[in-house]
Amino acid sequence: MLKLLHKYQEKLVGHGLCEPGKPLVGGVNDTVIWNRPDPLTAELEAIIAALNINSIIFARPTEPFFSILNYHCRRSDAELVPEDTETRTFLHSIPVARSMAAAEIVPLLRKRKGCVVEGHGVIAFGTVSPEQAFVVFSSIIFSAFVKFFVDYAYARHAGVADMAAAEILPDVLAAYDRFLPAEADADLESGAFTEEDDILRAMARAGQATVDARMVDSFFGNISYFAGDTVYISQTGSSLDELEGCIDACPIDNSASTGITASSELVAHRDIYLAGDSRAILHGHPKFSVIMSMLCFEAACENRGKCHIKCDKQRFVADVPVIPGEVGTGPRGLSNTLPPAVHGRRGAIVYGHGVFTVGKKDFRDAFASLSAIEALCRQTYMRIIAGPVQD
Amino acid sequence: MHGWSGKILTVNLTERTTAELILPAEVYQRNIGGKGLCGELLFDHFRYVWDDPRLPLAFMTGPLNNTSSPTSGRMTVMSRSPLTGAVCDASVGGRLGTVLKRAGYDGILVTGRSGDWCGLTINESGVALQSAGHLAGFAISDLHARLTTAPGMQSGAHAMVGPAAENGVRYAAIVFDGHYFAGRGGLGLVMAEKRLKFISVSGTLKTDVFDRNELKLAREEIYRLVAASPVLTGDLGLTNYGTGALYDLMRSRRMMPTNNFRQTYFEPAPSMNAYAYKKRYATKKFGCAGCHILCKKVGERGEIIPEFETMSHFSALVGNADLDAVVAANRVCNETGMDTISAAVALATYAEITGLQMTPEVLLKMLEDIACGRNDGALLGQGALRYARESGRPEVAMVSKGLEFPAYDPRGAYGMALAYATSTRGGCHLRAYPVAHEILRKPVATDRFSLSGKARIIKISEDMNAVVDSLTACKFLFFAASLEEYAKALQGVTGMRTSAQELLKAGERIYYRERIMNARNGFTAADDDIPARFFRESGSSSESLRIDPINRSEFLRERAAYYRIRGLDDQGLPTQEKCRELDLPC
Ligand code: SF4
Ligand SMILES: [Zn+2]
Repeated sequence: MLKLLHKYQEKLVGHGLCEPGKPLVGGVNDTVIWNRPDPLTAELEAIIAALNINSIIFARPTEPFFSILNYHCRRSDAELVPEDTETRTFLHSIPVARSMAAAEIVPLLRKRKGCVVEGHGVIAFGTVSPEQAFVVFSSIIFSAFVKFFVDYAYARHAGVADMAAAEILPDVLAAYDRFLPAEADADLESGAFTEEDDILRAMARAGQATVDARMVDSFFGNISYFAGDTVYISQTGSSLDELEGCIDACPIDNSASTGITASSELVAHRDIYLAGDSRAILHGHPKFSVIMSMLCFEAACENRGKCHIKCDKQRFVADVPVIPGEVGTGPRGLSNTLPPAVHGRRGAIVYGHGVFTVGKKDFRDAFASLSAIEALCRQTYMRIIAGPVQD
Repeated sequence: MHGWSGKILTVNLTERTTAELILPAEVYQRNIGGKGLCGELLFDHFRYVWDDPRLPLAFMTGPLNNTSSPTSGRMTVMSRSPLTGAVCDASVGGRLGTVLKRAGYDGILVTGRSGDWCGLTINESGVALQSAGHLAGFAISDLHARLTTAPGMQSGAHAMVGPAAENGVRYAAIVFDGHYFAGRGGLGLVMAEKRLKFISVSGTLKTDVFDRNELKLAREEIYRLVAASPVLTGDLGLTNYGTGALYDLMRSRRMMPTNNFRQTYFEPAPSMNAYAYKKRYATKKFGCAGCHILCKKVGERGEIIPEFETMSHFSALVGNADLDAVVAANRVCNETGMDTISAAVALATYAEITGLQMTPEVLLKMLEDIACGRNDGALLGQGALRYARESGRPEVAMVSKGLEFPAYDPRGAYGMALAYATSTRGGCHLRAYPVAHEILRKPVATDRFSLSGKARIIKISEDMNAVVDSLTACKFLFFAASLEEYAKALQGVTGMRTSAQELLKAGERIYYRERIMNARNGFTAADDDIPARFFRESGSSSESLRIDPINRSEFLRERAAYYRIRGLDDQGLPTQEKCRELDLPC
């Protein structure tokens, strides 16, 4: 258990979400253990005692995330409701507390998997593993970040000056600079691959590179390779930087269901392979691509509010299509919308969710496209907010 | 009240009387429905042995039945098990839960014993008991066909017992709507002992929903999660392949119980997987009322395709490599109304003790013997443990609290070892289902070869599943959704303000009450255990994957931690303190 606590403490730091030595990670079996001593553990143990949980994380996020969270707290009553896929599907909403008092926090955590504490940080829990707490923690940060930039751009467009956001914006952007890879380049192997060992190694490297380039918040995203009659794909909920033992080999005729643990996007990946000539697919959640996907200035669109499933406009960021689609195989699922969209292109952005890119023989072009699309989206966003405020 | 009907039908078969039981709203809110209500109503009558007419047999629905909440078609049946003497409840699908609500009842509580076989009918013109002697001996499909053609019952729902129950098989099931089983622990025998052959219900009432919009939002959240779940709606998941989708995975993880748990790997398995059934039988899907996952499969010619446990146990466990024989064995169990898991384990025990090879012919003949109480089948129908004891080899029975193990070898998922041991009904995978995180990576993956920290996870899962069975919803859905979304659905339906964690607290109370019921009947820590085989013998390792015996002292350490977390003493018995905290009599 202690090993797990340290693992997630390290991940929070490694992903730039927290300062070294800051995260408090608690594990609960018949007693509570902590990754380190801290005066706050007493209050956190009062929270634990009131809940049926097995792990908890409390930490103050690094900048720019901390400022963004506090900005949202000041502007929200009881909770914030970002509209990205992560929130819509798993978090539903992010409750806000004003103090670290157990009496205030327990009622919020009875309902939701995590909350923001204004001026303090984020609390999240798990019922099976601290990994859940880690996922919720990083999801909250991701969703809050995306919401900040989306709201800001819309406010400008509407001609409503959001002074509070404008005020922190330069610092937020400056602090986010360190998350941009100096050079979005990685030393990836050239394909095509035919041997299973080569495939697994190439996938593991590309996954690691995607995480290192901060184009995915570790837990999220997926990756696959197509060889022979088999799609090799990362398992559901696997971290792209920990792919060893987490890749399923799925025969395209579905003649074995061992891959029942494969990513929920297996069908989308498979259909992309069957309809084109690519061999590799990389999927991440780079933040500005997600932000750009959610910015649409179409006047009086009847589908507004349901863009993630109903958008029927041809939307693009440069040459990259922006498409609707929910996670998985539902009637409005990615498995239906994604394959036609990427056909003949380097990739596509899914509304509020992330980017899928394809590679001809290996992951080199898929990875380069993922970085390029994110850079493109960031530049486009900057241009939008640099322009004159509309009226 | 919204959600609940507020009325429970009580039936005394000795007196041949019926009445309506009205419980205070607070009792409903505390117990939710299904399993919770069953426990509430049985609690004071649980000292009676299974064949005492005073022992109740309870059928309870939940507030979500007969609403648009996803997978709301299920219900719970509970009594004391003739096989184990422990608490025995089953979550069952089909339509009866929904239709009973339409008839205006939250549940049926049956006590007493009829002189002759009788049937209970509930419809617009009221409640009636009728004689059913002419239906004895019928196979389930014939019986079901008769019941559905009874006047006014075409759109009704039916629960029935078959020949296995008539013949005293201790793992006889109650069969709902021809296909859905309250399968485990012998609830069918309890019903047969009361000489109740069937229950038929029809109705047209609507269940009042407090806030339709809130329910709709909750439903959308749940659907979204289901669509995102590879295990449920992915190409390889339950919708496409049924629970049989797990078969390949269990093989590849080397935890498929083989030859009575002497091995954990079955060579012929790749040709007996869900894909093989789909191709051979051109399967279509069907399922319970109110469900869009539809995990049940039927072949082109109406063959019922076995569920995962049945697929695995009638192949690997008994050493049978004939696909058609698995389907035929399943049919014998379906038609006679008995639990496939217990039947298969009883046969595997027999095969281990006698050295007999289970050819398809032997397999089918012995199953028929069990159902008819003939030859060695008569003793095998008393369960694997009674048979093994009679044969002087009790250690060969793969059971916990006398209930036979399903198709997950605990040496391949250590949480399962603890879950089998602590389950209030015995060797059952459904109370905590650690396979979800240990194998299926839901909600996230845990280390399947470690017991560390599993005690609390198991305890939380038991509480959660107690809620699921009280709502009543389907456990499969919880591979994707959580109580967070269901709390919202429950609020929408009933108007009661609640949350995921408050529901877990209710689940804790419901589960602890079952520990008390078992303790009162003499169950102690000695019963919270699994057979010595799992601590002594290895499973089937490969070059890259070792399947070692489970470390006994780690197991005991984690079980002790479980007792502390659950608020039990070191003998696994309830404590005054915890009873007070949960407001339960000790
Ligand atoms: S998933 Fe299967 S068992 Fe569950 S409610 Fe649906 S059809 Fe019934
Ligand atoms: Zn994604």
